Amino acid sequence: MTATIIFILAGTLAATVPLLLAAMGELVAEKSGMLNLGVEGMMAVGAAAGFVTVALTGSHALGLLIGGLAALLLSGVFAILSIFFMANQVAAGLAIGILGLGVSAGIGKNYEGTTVAPMPKLPFGSLGELPIIGPALFSHDVMVYLAIAAAFVVWFVLQRTKLGLIIRAVGESPQSAHSLGYPVALIRTACILFGGAMAGIGGAYLSTAYTPLWADGMVAGRGWIVVALVVFGTWIVPRVTLGAYLFGAISLLELSIQGLGLNVPSQLLSASPYIVTIIVLVVISRNPALIQLNSPMSLGQTYRPKG
Amino acid sequence: MRKIYLEPRTERSAFAPFLVSMLAVGLTIIAGSGLFLIYDKSPIAGFHAIFIEPLLSSYGIGEILLKLGPLLLIAQGLAIGFRARVWNIGAEGQLIIGAILASVVAIYFDGSTSSLLLPAMVLAGALGGMGWAGIAAWLRTRYNANEILVTFMLSSIALQILYYLVTGPLRDPQGFNFPQSITFSAAATFPILIENTRVNASLIIALVVSVVAWVFMQRSLMGYKLVVGGMAPQAARYAGFGEKRAIWLALLVGGAAAGVAGVGEVAGPLGMLQRTISPGYGFTAIIVAFLGGLHPIGIVFSSLLMALIHVGGDFARLSVGLPSAVTDIFQGLLLTFYLASSLLLTHRLRLRKSDPAFAVGAAE
Repeated sequence: MTATIIFILAGTLAATVPLLLAAMGELVAEKSGMLNLGVEGMMAVGAAAGFVTVALTGSHALGLLIGGLAALLLSGVFAILSIFFMANQVAAGLAIGILGLGVSAGIGKNYEGTTVAPMPKLPFGSLGELPIIGPALFSHDVMVYLAIAAAFVVWFVLQRTKLGLIIRAVGESPQSAHSLGYPVALIRTACILFGGAMAGIGGAYLSTAYTPLWADGMVAGRGWIVVALVVFGTWIVPRVTLGAYLFGAISLLELSIQGLGLNVPSQLLSASPYIVTIIVLVVISRNPALIQLNSPMSLGQTYRPKG
Repeated sequence: MRKIYLEPRTERSAFAPFLVSMLAVGLTIIAGSGLFLIYDKSPIAGFHAIFIEPLLSSYGIGEILLKLGPLLLIAQGLAIGFRARVWNIGAEGQLIIGAILASVVAIYFDGSTSSLLLPAMVLAGALGGMGWAGIAAWLRTRYNANEILVTFMLSSIALQILYYLVTGPLRDPQGFNFPQSITFSAAATFPILIENTRVNASLIIALVVSVVAWVFMQRSLMGYKLVVGGMAPQAARYAGFGEKRAIWLALLVGGAAAGVAGVGEVAGPLGMLQRTISPGYGFTAIIVAFLGGLHPIGIVFSSLLMALIHVGGDFARLSVGLPSAVTDIFQGLLLTFYLASSLLLTHRLRLRKSDPAFAVGAAE
C-alpha cells in the first residue's frame, strides 16, 4: 500500500509537468484573447524536436530549449493566421494542430521506438531518504519543481504586474487597449509565442524525461486536455494548476489500478481522462456566471483594428 | 512609389472563393517542394507520384473514388455545422460509433439474405453517429459545455469502445483471438460499383447527400436560419430562430453523415469490424470542408483533391520513398494556406501610389 501511495504521489508530480507547463502557456494566450486550439500539435512538435535533440547531443537542457523553440515557431504560424490574416481562431488552431502532428511525425520518423537517457534526478541527499516523503517528493528532476515555479511566475505577472494588467486589458477589450495606445497585435503575438514555447517545453519533457522514448502520437490527447484545463480553472492560475495535478493523477489511474490487481477493462481506464474531462467540463460550464465572469471578453474573436 | 494595399471588399466576388482555393493549393505545392528537398527527393518526381501517378491506372482511380466517398460525406455534414459556427471536430468518433452499430446489426442478422439488411445498417449507422454527436449537442445546449472539447473527447472515448468491443463482445469466436468481428455476409456489404476496383455503392450515398446539402444550404429557409443562428445568435434569437436548434441540427446532421461514412467502411472495403476503421477521415474532412469554402459544390472538388493526395501519398511512399508524414504535413499546409488566402474573400489587393489616405486601414 505504501508503495502504491509513493507511486501515485511521485508519479502525479512528474505526469503533471507537461500539462501544467502547456496549460500556463495556453492560459496566457487566452488571457490576451487568443484561443489557440493547436496545443496538441505544438506539444507534439516540441516532443519530437526535443527528443531528437537529446538523442543527438545528450543535453536535456538543449532538448527542452529546442523543443520550446520548435513549438514557438509553430505558434508563430497561428499568430500570423489569426492576427495578421484575421482568420477564424478555431480554424487556425486546428490548422496548426494538424500541421504540428504531421511535422512531429516527420521529425521523429527515424527515431521510432528508440530511447534516450532520462533527465537526471536532483541530488537531495538525506532529504530523499525520508520515509514516503523522500521518494514521493524528493526523487525528481528539476522540471518537476520548475513547473510549479512557472505557474507561480505566470500568476504573479498576470495579477501583480503592469504587464499582466495590459495583457488582461487586451483580452477584455482590444478596442479600449488600442485606444489607450497599447500595441494589441504585438502583445497578442507575444502571448501566443509564449504559449507555444511552454507547450513545446511540456512536450519535450514528455518525450525526454517522463517517458524518454519516441513513439509517434505520444502526446495522445494531452494538448486537448490542456485546453479543457484552462476552462476548468476558469482562467484562474491556482485553479488551473490544481486541475493539472488532478489530471496528472488521473493519467496514473491505469497503472495504479492494474498495480492493485483490480479487474477493470483497460479500455475503460484509457478512456477515463476523457470521460472525467467531459464530466468536469459540464459541472463547471453549467454555472454560466462562473464562466462569463472569468473568461476574457474578447476570447476567440477576431480583432479588426479600425483606422 | 507604388505599394500594394488591402482594401475591404464592398461586395462578395463570385470568383474569389475559387481563386482562394487555387492559391492555397499553389502555395502548398511551393512549400511542399521545399519539404521534398529536405527529404532529399526531387520535387518533380514527388509531385508526379502524388498528383499524376494515381490517375494513370484504374487501380489508382478506384482508390481515389474509394476515399472520396467518406471524405465527401463527412465534409458535407461538417460544413453545415461550420457555417453555423458549431465546431464538431469529433466526426472520427461519430464514424466509429456508426460503424459499430451497423456492425451489430450485421452480426446479429448474420446469414440473412434480406435486401433490407443493408438499409437497416445504414440507418443504424446514421442513428449511432447522431446519438454520439447528440451527446455533445445536449451538453452544449443544456449545460453550456464547449462542443469543440466534448466532440474531441467523445472521439477518444469512441475509439476505446471500439477496442473493447473487437477484443470482447463482438470478436469472431472462430477468429483465433484476432481483434476483429466475423466477416459480413454479401447482404450486409455494399455492392461493388466499378468492376475490378473496391469502389462500392456507398459512394452514391455521398453524391446524393452532396446534392441534398446543396439544396439545403442554397434553397431552403432552414439552411438560412442555421447560418444566421450561428453567425449572429443575438439577431437570430430576436428574429425567432433558436441558437439551440441550430446547435442540435448542426451536430445531428454532422453526426449522421459521419456515422453513415463509418457504415461505408465496415460494409465496404473492410467487410468486418476491426480496430482500425478509418485512416482519420473524420479529421481530414475538417480540412476538406474548409478548403471547399464550406460550400457543397466546393467540397466536391476539395474532397476529390484530398482523396488524390491521400492515394498519391501512398504512391509516393512506394515509388519515391517519401515518408507518410508528408501527407499529413501537406494537409496541414493546405489548411494553413487556405486560411491565409481567405483574407482575399473579404479584402482585395490594390496597387496604389503611396498615399497616406489609403495607408489607413491597410493590413498591419
